[in-house]
Amino acid sequence: MTPNATGVDAVIDAVTAVLLIAGALMSLGAAIGLLRFPDLMSRMHAATKPQVLGLFLVLAAIGLQMREWWVWPILAVAWIFQLLTVPVSAHMVGRAGYRTKHLHPELLSTDELEAVVLRAAGERAAEKAEEAGSDVPHSRNGGHTGGTTGNGGPSA
Amino acid sequence: MSRKRISFRTELPLLVWLVVVWGALWRDFSPGNLVFGALIAVVVARIFYLPPVELSGRFNLLRAIPFAVVFLGKVVAASFQVMYLAIFRGPSVTNAVVAVPLRSHSDLMVTATGHVISLIPGSLVVEVDRSTSTLYIHGLNVRNDSDTAKLRREVQDTEASLIRIMGTRAEVDALQAEGLSATRGASS
Repeated sequence: MTPNATGVDAVIDAVTAVLLIAGALMSLGAAIGLLRFPDLMSRMHAATKPQVLGLFLVLAAIGLQMREWWVWPILAVAWIFQLLTVPVSAHMVGRAGYRTKHLHPELLSTDELEAVVLRAAGERAAEKAEEAGSDVPHSRNGGHTGGTTGNGGPSA
Repeated sequence: MSRKRISFRTELPLLVWLVVVWGALWRDFSPGNLVFGALIAVVVARIFYLPPVELSGRFNLLRAIPFAVVFLGKVVAASFQVMYLAIFRGPSVTNAVVAVPLRSHSDLMVTATGHVISLIPGSLVVEVDRSTSTLYIHGLNVRNDSDTAKLRREVQDTEASLIRIMGTRAEVDALQAEGLSATRGASS
């Protein structure tokens, strides 16, 4: 890119600057959220949303500055992969966090999953008691005995 | 081999996507490169076998474009909302885990809804119950029952618009019937 002092260049540079600063601010917002939110799942909110938008803005800025058509497909692919993977990772972390009780129940106004988990845990406990009571002790031992919360709840 | 054969038609979207990624990574969309990419896509899809994604076979572009624009707007709104909450509320934010039953039972629909939901304001999928097609959603800044109801409606509206874009014919018909009965119920 040769710097020629036409109006178009100035406009593109200005837009790029705005996009870059906005993207950086979004990342800053995510960082503040990670520091300030009280529990794991609120932090996952901070880690997903501003970060996706921040990346979008930075990629758009790159695309504007490069001024080659071939960067756009690769930037689009990068962002689409981000869109596809971020919710999955947030879901996996949130799910693991919920199951290992990394949450503050006093901060939840309602928790409709808790009842389901308790019911599933109760069913499993009843099953286990039944098995223990019957004369077939070898039916299902081993991996399942570790605690009800880890395996409780509906399986995806 | 006992694996199920996938018809070329179901596999086509995957192959096209692989070729696009190939071209983007090489930054070269010349015909020769694309043909070679297509060859590799076919080989990869044959060797690394995955269960096919069951698409419904319809895709409404006219509805998809406004949806994409609204979605982008919502991502922006979500980012500012999270930023605002992080700075001004911080540790005292109140959340909720809400169960939202979905209409559709297809894996694609549940996955797509979960993805969109995770990126729009104040919601995150914690748990999925595939047998009843229920999403358990963690909502940020949900303080009372009306917020809960709002979150639930938002999720179901998202699913409805996704069904209109790429749901099966049966799902769309069910949705329309539901809408009709709802308006009739409201007017009576």
